[in-house]
Amino acid sequence: MRFYDAKKIITGLIIFVGLVTYPIWHNTVSGKNLYTPKLELPKDKKECIEPKDYIRVNHKSLLEDWRLSVVRNGIRIYQASNQKKYNMSLNKTCMECHKDKTKFCDQCHNYMGVTNKCWDCHIYPKQLEIGVK
Amino acid sequence: MEFKRRDFLKIAGLTFLGLMAKPGWEVVSQIKPLEPSPAPNYFTGKKWAMAIDLIKCWNAKDGCRDCIDACHTIHNVPEIGYAKEEIKWIWTIEYEKAFPEHIHDFNEKKYKGKPVIVLCNQCEDPPCVKYCPTRATWKREDGIVMMDFHRCIGCRYCMAGCPYGSRSFNWRDPRPFIKKANIEFPTRTKGVVEKCNFCEERLVKGLLPSCVETCKEKALIFGDLNDPNSEIRKILSERYVLQRQPELGTKPKVFYIL
Repeated sequence: MRFYDAKKIITGLIIFVGLVTYPIWHNTVSGKNLYTPKLELPKDKKECIEPKDYIRVNHKSLLEDWRLSVVRNGIRIYQASNQKKYNMSLNKTCMECHKDKTKFCDQCHNYMGVTNKCWDCHIYPKQLEIGVK
Repeated sequence: MEFKRRDFLKIAGLTFLGLMAKPGWEVVSQIKPLEPSPAPNYFTGKKWAMAIDLIKCWNAKDGCRDCIDACHTIHNVPEIGYAKEEIKWIWTIEYEKAFPEHIHDFNEKKYKGKPVIVLCNQCEDPPCVKYCPTRATWKREDGIVMMDFHRCIGCRYCMAGCPYGSRSFNWRDPRPFIKKANIEFPTRTKGVVEKCNFCEERLVKGLLPSCVETCKEKALIFGDLNDPNSEIRKILSERYVLQRQPELGTKPKVFYIL
């Protein structure tokens, strides 16, 4: 069997693979691959309302449940797994500790390319300082 | 070294046990199931309503806007400054527009042009609820016609349905028009309908609606219609009461006392 035009095909393939994998090696060279989201955790508080692992996976459904519960059923008290009670409020409960969403929520959301619409309406404490615009 | 079938089975068994340790522990050490959150007791058995004493209201200083300002500040209602896109939860209209059936040639002098406070009537039979295709608006057990801003798609059917013009639409992002935002209440976003919610977020804390609380003339009376001893029930049974367009059958729960 003969391989016709081997030189051209192989150089073509190398160029093709190079172009396709450009994002990967570009990020490796520029060090972006090593980037991890930097979350600013509240300094004065030790624990979240639920264990960290649970919150990491379920914060979205938790917030959705809270919304349903407060808006539809008028129930505003959340009983956490450690029997502590919390006010079901994004503005007040969550953002009381994580005052600036750009240093907490956005870190992972931007990293993962996830968008949410919470902040179209809800206000976070830091936003009051810089002005709700 | 000879590797016997027995040895293989032993090692395989041990490996399997080892692998099961972590998931097994997770199952055993699982978080206790949550107890249901306590249900509110304010929610059932109540029927909130408001009475507006027009005489007292007219005794106030000219152009009094205390109730309007109080409401609009705590609910982050924007001041667009352009009548067509105006957003209002509580506002005033002239007497002859509020009660066209109660004005005639002979009382015109007394009542024409007098300001009447109007807000969402929290109807017993609310047309807006029937029209809403997404159930973003509904009537709660305690009679409050609620809005779920998350759910609203901005079709404005409810606005077409409401005979009182109680609902406003956000034609643009309201945030630049809010002077001082209140963190306790969300703002709205472009493309959402909003209206008075009878301060349900204050009622749950045992507070009166902010308009009632701020009125210096005590012209606004708020209470529970199901409680025969409530102030509002007494007033409604003793005084002459108007409702806005009762002939439409919406059964408004905002009453006007003359």
